[in-house]
This record gives sequence, C-alpha cells and structure tokens, in this order.
Amino acid sequence: MALPYDSAPKFADYARPEMLVTTEWLAEHLDDPGLVVAESDEDVLLYETGHIPGAVKLDWHTELNDPLTRDYVDGAGFARLMSDRGITRDTTLVLYGDRNNWWAAYALWVCTLFGHPDLRLVDGGRAKWVAEGRPLTTDVPQRPRTDYPVVERDDTTIRAFRDQVLAHLGQPMIDVRSPGEYTGELLHMPDYPQEGAVRGGHIPGARNVPWARAAAEDATFRTRKELEAIYAGEVGLRPDDDVVVYCRIGERSSHTWFVLHYLLGYPHVRNYDGSWTEWGNSVRVPITRGENP
Amino acid sequence: MTSVTLGPRLQEIADDFAAMPGREKLQLLLEFSRELPPLPERYAEHRDLLEQVPECQSPLFLAAEVSGDDTVHLFFEAPPEAPTTRGFAGILHAGLDGLPADEILDTPGEFSSQLGLQELVSPLRLRGMAAMLARIKRQVREQRPARPGG
Repeated sequence: MALPYDSAPKFADYARPEMLVTTEWLAEHLDDPGLVVAESDEDVLLYETGHIPGAVKLDWHTELNDPLTRDYVDGAGFARLMSDRGITRDTTLVLYGDRNNWWAAYALWVCTLFGHPDLRLVDGGRAKWVAEGRPLTTDVPQRPRTDYPVVERDDTTIRAFRDQVLAHLGQPMIDVRSPGEYTGELLHMPDYPQEGAVRGGHIPGARNVPWARAAAEDATFRTRKELEAIYAGEVGLRPDDDVVVYCRIGERSSHTWFVLHYLLGYPHVRNYDGSWTEWGNSVRVPITRGENP
Repeated sequence: MTSVTLGPRLQEIADDFAAMPGREKLQLLLEFSRELPPLPERYAEHRDLLEQVPECQSPLFLAAEVSGDDTVHLFFEAPPEAPTTRGFAGILHAGLDGLPADEILDTPGEFSSQLGLQELVSPLRLRGMAAMLARIKRQVREQRPARPGG
C-alpha cells in the first residue's frame, strides 16, 4: 500500500509533487507499515554516526555498482539488495542523504532504472532533519527479508551512453559541474582529488549550470519559479526538449535530472553516467574548452 | 598484497582492521573518528595556523609540531558531518602522535592500503589519507634543522 502523498503547498507547484516529502511528513509517517526510509550519503560513515530512526543504508559505492564492470548492479543484484533491506515492490521508498541529497538523488535515479514504483526524496535531506533537531539513532533496523522480484534494468529511458550523446550533439545538454571543470581549467571538482580525466573541458554545446544551484541554503529544492528562472530562463530549455545531463560520474547530474524531470516536468531527460570520466578520456570525441558552449 | 613495514602502533591498527570482517571495519573507523581529540586552544583560536588538505573530500586541516626532543605532535580538525575524514585523521593521530620525527618520516605513504578499507571506502577517500600523511611529513621536514650529512 502506497502511503499518502505530502500535500505541502510548495510541492503542489512542481510537476510531480508526489516525488517529495517534507521532514514533517516523514516524522509523522515513520512508523507506517509500507514505508522504508533509506539514507544514501557521500560520506559512507555518516549513517553509522546516527540516522533517522528505522532508516536503512544504501551505499552508492559498494552496493549500487557492479564490483567489476563499470555499470550498475543487474536485476538480480538489485533484487538481492532490496530484499536484504526489507523492501518490496509495493514499498514506499523514501530516500534522503547529505549534501543537498546529492547521493540520495543518485540512488533514486538508480532505483528508477529498475522501475521501483514509489520513490520519494526528503526535501532538505539529512541536513534539514538534523537542523530541526529531529531524532537520530545508531540502531540499525532488522527488517524481515523480503523477496523483491528480479526486474531487468531499463537503460533506454533515463540513461544515456556515449554514442547516444555523440548523436545528441547540437541538442540541449547541461553540464552540472563547477565552472572550472566546465571550462577545462580544472580536471576535477574544486577541493577534490584528480580522478583520471585526461582532457579538460566540456561536451560541445553543453550549457553549464552547477547542480547545487537547484538547492536553497537549507538544502531544500528551490521553488518551481526559481528553478524555471534558471533552466527555462537562463538556459532556454523548451518544454518538449530532449535533454542530456552529465557531470563526472553521473551523481551530481542525477540531482539535476530529478529537478528537470520531476520538479519541472521535462518529459525527456537522460543522465549520461559515463560523464566526464568517460568523455574526457575517450579517443576522438570532440571537446570544447573555455566558457562558451 | 605486498606489505610495507609500519611502526608498531600503526601496525597494530592495521592488524585490528584486518581482523574485522567486512562492514565491521566501518565501526572501527567510526571509533577512530570519535577518538580524534579536539584542537587545543592555541589552534582552536588560530585556525590559520593549520594547513588544509584539499585532497580530502571534506574540509580537513592539520598541523604537525616537532618538539625539542624531536618527537612530533599532530593536530587535526574535521567537521562532525565528515566522519570518514575524521576517522582517517583519528588513525593517523592514534598511530603517529608522539613518535620521533624519524619514525614519522619513515612511514610508508601507501600504508592506508593495508587497512583493508578499499572495498568499503572509495579509493578517492583513501588517497585523502595518504595526502594527510604527505603534508605531515613535509611539515616535519620543514621544522627540523638541516642535518649534516643528510
């Protein structure tokens, strides 16, 4: 049984209000049957320091990726993971995390590849829950194991591969990395180590909108009006545009994918998870350097 | 895996990590993050005396002091919302604080690979720990007077 949607007035303006819940809503529904809360953080130890009572952990680094091939887990692997966390296909799976829900949005995007029917993000994520002084616990819940079905991953709808991006050149594309990475001045995120892109710059034609511009100071999403000012106003996206988003490995761009698709209602948005660590190393793909798209 | 020679305290830490199965290693890392001592006043009030380690994925600042007896004291600051980075700093503090400068300079840069954390923590983060050690060594070298013959 899906849980009721959060009727917060701010959400009503978004294209898909049911994709978000407030911290208030979550606090009220924590004990509801049919709900599983999952934390996904950039810092893989943060969950262990304390998490929302009852929340399970989804580790982007060790659990969502295939250990050998650069790819996500397959249908069987995803079913094992969900079963282990006590999640069924009917579960309302509510995700939250650190850093403006950066990794929670990534986990949500991966869960969407497997078509989990009811996924939601906590607006403001971990930071807002903590700032409001809401309870945290270090108790790890023991949910009874479930039998999540094996669903094959759908890579055709919200995921883009390198050759598809090559074919997409000239159409709308958003590079969500920092300005320095976009221009090619930096080969990595500011303050982060270099992680193996040979060339700096961006995919020709991509516009630069750093992902965190979609988040307000308190880590919640900006209002629909504010988001429209950025993506429709500054970037000039049109409602029926086919959009590709990318970053370094596809995590920051999952956040922008969520914003464009669910909050602003763009129907065709794909995340290129190969992103700069693939493009910046690929032989004979075109690169643009500097501030111009 | 090839092993490198560690000082006895760091070796003990590496052994403790090696003895922990899978995810329990994270609990041990969490303990180190909790045991990282707070900054003494002279640094807490003068954070500009600390050096940032930009290779870490979260803000991490450190200082190494070489005392008159040539032992080294280490000071770290990392925010509570960055427990992995704090845990790495905690390991370095528990393994190296108070040791003679020579022992610190002899610590192999790749020792973090002996903790068995690669499968749990991304390689990027582990490189952050190596970067902390590299900066500690540089600070130690800068503070020691030049020695004849080496």
